[in-house]
Amino acid sequence: MAFPAPEHEIHRRRFSRNLGVGLTLVCFVALVFALTVVKVTNGDLGHANDAPGMLGSTVPIAPELPAPAPATGAVSP
Amino acid sequence: MTDIRSFEAPKEAGFGDFVQLLKPRVMSLVVFTAMVGLLVAPVHLHPVVAFTAILFIALGAGASGALNMWWDADIDAIMRRTKGRPVPAGLVQPGEALAIGLALSGISVVMLALATNILAGALLAFTIFFYAVVYSMWLKRSTPQNIVIGGAAGAFPPMIGWVAATGSVSVEAGLMFMLIFMWTPPHFWALALFMNEDYSKAGVPMLTVTHGKKVTRNHVLGYTLALIPFALGLGFTSIGGPVYLAVSVLLNAEFLRGAYRIWKRDEVMAEADNYKVEKAVFRFSLLYLFLHFGALLVEAVLHSSGMGGW
Repeated sequence: MAFPAPEHEIHRRRFSRNLGVGLTLVCFVALVFALTVVKVTNGDLGHANDAPGMLGSTVPIAPELPAPAPATGAVSP
Repeated sequence: MTDIRSFEAPKEAGFGDFVQLLKPRVMSLVVFTAMVGLLVAPVHLHPVVAFTAILFIALGAGASGALNMWWDADIDAIMRRTKGRPVPAGLVQPGEALAIGLALSGISVVMLALATNILAGALLAFTIFFYAVVYSMWLKRSTPQNIVIGGAAGAFPPMIGWVAATGSVSVEAGLMFMLIFMWTPPHFWALALFMNEDYSKAGVPMLTVTHGKKVTRNHVLGYTLALIPFALGLGFTSIGGPVYLAVSVLLNAEFLRGAYRIWKRDEVMAEADNYKVEKAVFRFSLLYLFLHFGALLVEAVLHSSGMGGW
């Protein structure tokens, strides 16, 4: 049977600091999540992904150019 | 026998002491001016993105404040105004202040760049560098013009707010920068006139210490005169309008009157009434800046409802 570990004095002394850091981290995670939702729903995935072919890019991949016509030997005027 | 009752444990820093490292009063000014810069811009951001941008601009300013407290702990301990700060008070170790300053600088710059654009992030990084390195480490202890050049650090937030929204710098952003940049010297020197003793003791070459109060009084008037064209000029740009211009004319007239009164006085008169005029001008200078940016916000609201502007 496991007994709860006795609370160390430092935990009581640093409670306000630990609580503050914990809440700050939770808020930061929530903010990053909200920012991600906004960016994804608005299609604004940012400059880093905005290259043709990149996942989530808003720039279409350029269609392949048609192959050049074979040379006929005719001299153009 | 040793009396252990006389032993006093070192004071433990609470979360609030670490918040004090970020200079929350300075941050409140940064939040306000950055918010105005962002809201008056012609491009409107999503509220979550705008909130994130303002938060990390403020956090970047706070980070530079922590770096400043780490570097200036020795002179902060001497000056009455600053000796209660967490590092000189022994609540936070200098190394902790440095670590927090560096970590928050990195987080704020990266987050602002990711939330808005690279230019805004780069400007924030430059602002932190300018305040922590150029002002705190270099200029502050070497020239009486320290706050003139160092004032640029405080002038960047509205420009960063504007750039976060638009992605580029413009005349409007430049004039908002100049408004704070030119306002800083008369604001700070008015304070230095009645806080002179603090700076003398700490050996900071404030203008009042190196050149005397008469020269400082001349400088207050000179910089106030130089400030006026920038403050009024902002009224003729796309973010200005009749409301801003009317407010600006009144505020500048009053600020100039105060600077003139400071210039006319000498030390005998100032000491006789315990620097009444200097203290009043210092307090008014805070209102001056707040109302200028408040008027820009009013113009933005009027613009959005089809009124205001030129």
